[in-house]
Amino acid sequence: MTPTRKRRLIAVGLVLLAVAAAATLTVFALGKYQTYLYSPSEVLAGKAPAGASFRLGGVVLEHSLQRAPDSLKVAFVVTDRFHELPVEYTGILPDLFREGQSIVATGRLDHGRFVAREVLAKHDETYMPKEVADAIAKAKAAQAHSAR
Amino acid sequence: MNRLVLWFHRLGSPPYFYRFAGRWLPWLYALALLTGAIGFYGGLVIAPADYQQGDSFRILYVHVPCAWMSLFAYAFMAGNGFVALVWRIKLAELLAMASAPIGAAFTFVTLVTGSIWGKPTWGTWWTWDARLTSELVLLFLYFGVIGLHQAIEDLRQAARAAAFLALVGVVNLPIIHYSVVWWNTLHQAQTVNLLGESKIDARMLWPLLVLAFATHVYFFASVLARTRAALLALESGKAWVRALVAPATEPAHG
Repeated sequence: MTPTRKRRLIAVGLVLLAVAAAATLTVFALGKYQTYLYSPSEVLAGKAPAGASFRLGGVVLEHSLQRAPDSLKVAFVVTDRFHELPVEYTGILPDLFREGQSIVATGRLDHGRFVAREVLAKHDETYMPKEVADAIAKAKAAQAHSAR
Repeated sequence: MNRLVLWFHRLGSPPYFYRFAGRWLPWLYALALLTGAIGFYGGLVIAPADYQQGDSFRILYVHVPCAWMSLFAYAFMAGNGFVALVWRIKLAELLAMASAPIGAAFTFVTLVTGSIWGKPTWGTWWTWDARLTSELVLLFLYFGVIGLHQAIEDLRQAARAAAFLALVGVVNLPIIHYSVVWWNTLHQAQTVNLLGESKIDARMLWPLLVLAFATHVYFFASVLARTRAALLALESGKAWVRALVAPATEPAHG
């Protein structure tokens, strides 16, 4: 390698190193402060901003969904399987919203209830055909039955 | 000299590369078209519907290969940019600049298809989570590279300046890839793992892998075609280009 090329290689390498270091520091700094969502445990521990809008993430607790008969108002419980938080929402829920499904709700706390103005369904990374999902559910049910 | 090294050095010569790329182009396009057709038939017709999303999951057969290509094209562009900066190889400059618009197109398709899928599935067209935002930054990086390249008049200086910007932007690639791991995002975590088990049924996975192959082949075909055109423009005064053009222009005079 000629000296000029070597010099260029070192210069480019140093710049890349500096940029990588800057990016790493930024990512670490963001990781500390940037939270897309809070779990019910974090909210109950007081980590979520009080009186301000934030996102709540968790699973819709099974058998907790209640629909008002005369309006679009729904109430359900969001859990992270450690703590639970009641949520209220008025509006149309996304297709994937169902009990046992992860959701992200945007809104604010009001006397221990989370009043959401937007509810998004979070999809997990699993893709399978319906008959496979049914077979898994059946196997789980059978296992639960035999364990009883 | 080693034969492979010799071939590699020959490939750097513009006339040789021009002929080499011209020979491979039709085959690459044909291969991309064939594997793309097989992949889409497998994904849109043969693969079973998802247990939760039904048929709307099929958009992943466009979204995921494009998302992979948006990262791959950037890495390819930056790699060639690095070679262009250190060794000042003309061909590397052209290859880097040729891949920028293709990568930008893949990124754009990724964002649009993701948005179309997000509306029915999540309930929103867009959200500022880490994965979506970093992919949008990637699109702007591509725009920056293309814009900088166009802004400088001298073609070779323009390519080197843009290559430098492309290199700096490489830090965004690991951020995009790991965004779903490092932060709580609305975007789901990775489904397909090269090492270890994928969280997708085998009947749904194979068309995706075929399409990933097809998009790679298409990318290289497209890069070769664009580089050939750029070579002719850059070397328009050189003897080999004149010799190439001469037989076509001579009958017009006579």
